[in-house]
Order: sequence, then C-alpha cells, then structure tokens
Amino acid sequence: MTDTYLNLVNAQPLSRIAKAAGLPRPVPLRRYAPDAPLVPGPVLVLGRSRSTQDMAATLLEWNLDVRRHLRPKEKFGAAVVVLDDLAHPGELSEVFLELGHGLRNLLPGGRIVTISRPVTSEISPQTAAARQAVDGTLRSLAKELRGGATANGILLGEGVNTGAPSVRGTLEFLLSGKSAYVDGQFIAVGSDHGAPPRSAELPLAGRTAVVTGAARGIGAEIVRVLRRDGAHIIAVDVPAAGEQLAQVANHAGGTALQVDVTAPDAAERILRHAATRYGGLDIMVHNAGITRDRLLANMDQARWSSVLAVNVESQLRINEKLLSSDHFNSNGSIVCLASTSGIAGNRGQTNYAASKAGVIGMVRATADALVGSGRTINAVAPGFIETDMTARIPFATREVARRLSSLQQGGLPLDVAEAVSFLASTNAAGINGQVLRVCGQNLVGA
Amino acid sequence: MSTLPDQQNAAPQSSSGQRGARSAVVIGGNRIPFARSGGPYAQASNQEMLTAALDGLVARFGLQGERVGEVAAGAVLKHSRDFNLTREAVLGSALAADTPAYDVQQACATGLETVIGLSNKIKLGQIESGIAGGVDSASDAPVAVSEGLRRVLLELARARSTPQKLAALRKLRPVDLKPNAPTTAEPRTGLSMGEHQAITTSRWNISRRAQDELALASHANMAAAYDRGFFDDLVTPFRGVSRDGNLRADTSLEKLGSLKPVFGRNLTGEATMTAGNSTPLTDGAAAVLLGSEDYARKHNLPMLANVVDAEAAAVDFVHGKEGLLMAPVYAMPRLLQRNDMTFEDFDFFEIHEAFASTVLSSLAAWEDEDFCRTQLGLSGALGTVDRTKLNVNGSSLAAGHPFAATGARIVASLAKSLAEKGSGRGLISVCAAGGQGVVAILEARRP
Repeated sequence: MTDTYLNLVNAQPLSRIAKAAGLPRPVPLRRYAPDAPLVPGPVLVLGRSRSTQDMAATLLEWNLDVRRHLRPKEKFGAAVVVLDDLAHPGELSEVFLELGHGLRNLLPGGRIVTISRPVTSEISPQTAAARQAVDGTLRSLAKELRGGATANGILLGEGVNTGAPSVRGTLEFLLSGKSAYVDGQFIAVGSDHGAPPRSAELPLAGRTAVVTGAARGIGAEIVRVLRRDGAHIIAVDVPAAGEQLAQVANHAGGTALQVDVTAPDAAERILRHAATRYGGLDIMVHNAGITRDRLLANMDQARWSSVLAVNVESQLRINEKLLSSDHFNSNGSIVCLASTSGIAGNRGQTNYAASKAGVIGMVRATADALVGSGRTINAVAPGFIETDMTARIPFATREVARRLSSLQQGGLPLDVAEAVSFLASTNAAGINGQVLRVCGQNLVGA
Repeated sequence: MSTLPDQQNAAPQSSSGQRGARSAVVIGGNRIPFARSGGPYAQASNQEMLTAALDGLVARFGLQGERVGEVAAGAVLKHSRDFNLTREAVLGSALAADTPAYDVQQACATGLETVIGLSNKIKLGQIESGIAGGVDSASDAPVAVSEGLRRVLLELARARSTPQKLAALRKLRPVDLKPNAPTTAEPRTGLSMGEHQAITTSRWNISRRAQDELALASHANMAAAYDRGFFDDLVTPFRGVSRDGNLRADTSLEKLGSLKPVFGRNLTGEATMTAGNSTPLTDGAAAVLLGSEDYARKHNLPMLANVVDAEAAAVDFVHGKEGLLMAPVYAMPRLLQRNDMTFEDFDFFEIHEAFASTVLSSLAAWEDEDFCRTQLGLSGALGTVDRTKLNVNGSSLAAGHPFAATGARIVASLAKSLAEKGSGRGLISVCAAGGQGVVAILEARRP
C-alpha cells in the first residue's frame, strides 16, 4: 500500500508547507542494504563506566568511526549510551545532557542506543530509580527524534556484561537499518548464550526454518528475509493457499508444506518434513494468524473460536511437540507473532487481542522453562504494518493510524521480518521470553 | 540344484521379469485441482496448467534450479503450436532450463505411459530422476479448419502468380468455412467414446444401479480423502480452485438415479449411462516425481513406492470384435503372469473410471470363466477384484478426467496409499482411445 502522504510531504513544494503548518513529516526510513554502512556517520559513545571503553573498542572492531565526544556542529550517525553501573538518578544528567546538546546533529536515520540494567527486587531504591529513569528518558527521547531516527535500549540481565554475544548482536541490530521500525523499545539480554554468526552476510546459514502463514503478506516477507540471511526454508500454509505458497517456496529455493496449523497432526507433519528433508529444525516462526473483527456485543462463537484456534492454540500445541522432539535442534529458536493489539487492546478485536495477548503469556511461560536449555522463544509484536489486511481499513482511519507512531508512518512487512530474523539468529541466543514491538513507537500500548 | 531357488528368493520380488535392473521409485506427485471444462480454467492453456503442476511439484520437493534427468508429459487435445509442450512448460517452470523434456501421446494412457517410460530409463541407469505427467484442456481445445479450407490455404501458399492464387481460391466452397470442433469420436467408427462404451455396457449387462453405486463410492471416497488431508501433499491449488470441481461430496443414489441416460439410447435395451456415472470433459494437469534410490537418498527425498512393471494392450474395436475400452482386460493377465501374481497379491486397485460401466465391464470380464478361456486364453476366470480395495480414494468419476493427466494422478495417489500402508502392492488399469489400454504394478517400499 503506497503511503501517498509520505511521498507528498517529502517532495517540494509540499514539504515546506507541511513544515510551516506543523503537520506530521514522516520520512523514508533507513532500511538494511547489504552494501550500506551499519550507521550513516560517526558513532558517539557516551558513559562513565569501565564497560564504556570496551564498547568503544567493540565498535572500532566493526570499522565504525567512533567518538567519545563530538566537536561542535559535527554530524553523527548514532550514539551508544553505556549506563550499566548506574547507582543514583543524579548520574543521568551528565551523559544525557551531553547527548542532548549534540542531538540536532544526528543524521537522518540515526540511532540512539542505551545500555543499562533492569530493575530487580535485589537492588536499592535509588539504584532502581536510576535504572527506571533510563526507561522514561529513552521513551521520551524516541518521541523527540525526527528524520527517521530511533532510540532503543538494551537491558543487561544478571551476570550479563556488555561483551556478551547477544549484547553485541542486539546492538548491531539496533544500529542497523534492520531495526528501522523498532522505536522506543528495550530488548533484554538474559544470558551469555550465543555466538556471532560465521558469516555476517548470511547470519542464518545452515539453519532450517519453518514459517507458518507463509503464502502472503508478512509471512511471505519473513520467508524472503530468512532466505536472504541464509536459512533453508520450509514454507507452511493452509492447503487452500497452496498456489501462492508454491511461488513463495520457489522464490526462496525452499519447500512448500501444505498444512493447516490447527490440524491435530500439524506438528508431526512439520517435524517429519524437517527431519526427512533437512535433518532437523532450528527455527520455528509462528506467523499464521487470522482476524475476525466484531465488537464483543456482536461476537459469535465461530469468530471467537477460529481466531483463538489459529492464533494461539495451534502455537501451544505445536510448541509442546516441538520442545519434546529431538528433531527440534538444541539451539532452536521459536519466534511467535504477537500484536500491539494484544498489548494495548483494539476496538472490535477482543478475540484477536485475546489470542495475541495469549501468545505473549505463552512466550513468557515457555521461556521460563527453556532457561539454560540453549533454546529460546520470543515474540514480535507488529504495530501498524502496510499489508493487504491494513489496506482494507477505511481511508481516514488508516491515515490516522499511520501517523499515530513516532515515525509517523506504517511499517513494512520487511520491518517485521528483520526482527524475526534477528531473534532467530545465534546472535540472539541470549534473548529469551522477550516481546519485541515493531511499531514505530505507536502511541497506543505500553 | 538347491541353491537356485534360494538365489531367486534373494532377489527382490519386484524385479521379476526385470532381473538385474535397479529400482525406479515414486517420490511424490502434484496436480492442480481438476475443473470441469468451460469452468474456472476456461482461459488456461495446456502449457500454463502443466507449468503450474510442475511448479507445485518443484515447491513441494525443493527442486528449484535443479536439472532433472528428463521430463515427459503430453496432452491429448493439443494445439499444433504446442509441438514441444513439455519442454516449453519446463522452460516456464522453476526447474533448471537445461532440463530436457519430451512429449508423449497415447490418449488417456499418456500419463501412465510417461511414468513407465521414465521409470524404465531410471531402471536402466540412463537417468537418475524424472518427472512424468500430463495435461489436458477440453476448454482450450484446438479448433481445426475444414479439410477443404486447409487444402486451399496450402495451395494458396504455394501459388506464385495472381492467376494461380485466384485458381486456388475458386476451389473454396462455403461448406469449407465451417470449423471442425473437437470431438471424442473415434476416427474409424465415428462413434463417441460413450456410445462405444454403451455397447460394452450392454454386452456385459451392467445395471444402472451398479454404475450409480460405483459413482457414489468414487465421490464418497474422494471427499473423505480430502477431509482427512490425503490430498494436502498431492494437490496444489490453481486459479483460486483448491478442490476438484467435479467432486460432489453430497451426492446420493437418489440424485444419481434421477439423471437421464445420455449414451446408448439408440441401442436395444435400457440406456444406463448418465452424466453422473460418466466422466465429464475436464481441464487439469498432474505430475509425478520419479527417481533412483540413490537419487532419493542423496536428496533426502521420500520413497513412496517402486514402479514394478507395466503392460500395454490393444483390441480390434473397429470390426466389433471387442469393446473400445476393454484393452486393459487383455493386458492384465499378461502382466500378472509375467510377475507370477494374482489379484490376491494386491492391496489396492486403481481402475480408471472413464465410465462406471468401463470398470464394471472389466471386473465382469475377469470374473467370466468363458470369456477368460476364449478371449484371454486362460484356463479359467482371472479372478475377482475385492471391491473394498478398489479406488479407495476416489477416481475419475469424482475427480474428473483431463485425459493425459489422469495417469499421473493415479500413480501419485496409489504410491501415497502404499506408503501409508507401509506394505503391499497396487494395480493400475487405464483404458484409452483407439482401443488401447495400459496396466501397471506399484509396490510399497519395505521399511
């Protein structure tokens, strides 16, 4: 779906008018391209902890132009703010004010990434206040940024330091164009698991992935991106969608498996196919989902039950089989598609929100059971994404919905797929039980 | 010599008659849903449908960009421009462009014959993999000009001077402008296939009720197979169609019994063949992936069944010595004898339902002691086909019958049935225009 407004305000003469009138001014986002640099300019590293220097060294290893301070008026592409040893809210002002003074020089598509620790029950009230303050600062900062720039944070779990593989992996993801529509979010790294991929260009090389609901929309895009990143693809969809599914599989050099995920034997058929054809399964992407919107007052049994059956009950059943199977490999990743509707609610979507909130609950509970196993489960919660589904929303509602995020535009299926691919990589093996919103910091929801 | 029988026993039973050759394996199949002529595929060409069937097969087995040993397929109703139909479909598919292909045409036995031909090449070690199949469109059928117009046009093309051209044109008669619409009539008798079968139906006294019961079973079996997901990995939707358009899950003996006879109305005796117990003109395409055991293992592909052996036969229907569609009846004892088998050795029978009465006439003939003695040269009746093993997932009366595609549909379905059972054998029988017929044996892979 073309975003006509976005195109108009980025062309003369309307861009000036939009600026003068204070209208939303969304810009084309900086997205991943294989030959583009990780960030569009120098990277500023701020912080006073000992890890700050290590972080600067890491970024130098990545061949980035690293600065500890900015010269006046110098443009920069990203800032990494290391706050891993905060003990008091008073310590925040120095780094954030220095960042603030240079903020007007952040290039379009720039990135701010904080690295801090979450609030836990073991820490003192003043440390907790300092840590929670980062949350508020970052979310507000994300809303101030323009030009397609984003601000996100990494939270270091207990015993995890800035050198952990998944911290580096997450930082790379957040700095890159792959996180274009991730804004105002925190990603918690809970363990030292994981390793950088052998090939930076093919981070999923050698891994076999199942994508359900793969025939069209976000699912087809997930297939494309996982394939781009080197994965072997098993594209799954209902038999009735087989024609598009075959095309998707053929473009991705994968195999098409026509299975209704709600079938009692869906997991067995998926596992058998993966075991026979690929010797096992590494990545399970639960993307299949349906909407049957109605106000609760008008809801019927069929609409309610079918949405719950496809969107969450099938995932529960398949995961149970998956996690008890040797064919699901020991460093397997499960990525579930949730939705911001499941976080913030949405009028007319009680059934859909129930299913998607259910997915989030399932992910968290399953993650607890997977701690230390090498396997992970995470969720991606898309916000307003430009798909056939959102194209059916009435014009005015759709226009408003698009502008309701900090990036003032809808995301693309690609943006969701990038997040899925990241969470499915060994780079993210230290991330477990997280819900990553891909919503451009939508104003609704947490 | 006491060692000889042991050596024979050591050889796989499936190789009888072909000792020394390696196995040809059915890996899987794919077809587009079949649709009634003039329906949803009315605008689809043979090439488009065959390409879709190939692409679905490629997607199912991950064959993108692969050079398959050879692709063999064909169509019965074929445009002259489609002289290289299969090769053109390959070029339009996701297979490697350097995959060779050839066309086969043996009327309704085309699809089965492509399976046999490629299996033999695999057994001989000439190819490691092959895709067999067929396609037909009764909707997009070629319409030929009359013989008179064709001669005038050819003479016109040869003419050099204006007077010669005018002379050629003067030979044109108004009647020559009437196009020849395609028919299923036999060239030598002018009778349609249905009228031919009506003669056979009458000869074997096949009742209306028996035909309707067979049609009902075909629909019920196929509907049940769809419901249990049997076709999930055999069919890929095409142009928005995801199930065979001819399938009537809710049909009944009452509904079938209410249909008026369409064939045999000019014969003495009751006309029994209706639109319900005859196959309609159908559009569709089907393909089967075959390979050697090595090929399947190397590519981690499933092995559903072995293609054991096959036999073709033909009968003299022109002089009325035998019914047009009875050739498989003659092929069957020859195949069974060569393989030292009887009907008792089979767990599945796939007898193509051109008409319900074709199947029933064949069964009756094999049970008839006198016929088997005098016509087939046997010492007694060939045997009885266990009806509970017949067309257990439905056949052409339910699916429809796009002529050249039917063989590949049957082979893929039967191979899957054998793989599900994990043991046993299946027998295929397909009748064809021109008084021909082909029968074949598939055998389950031993676990």
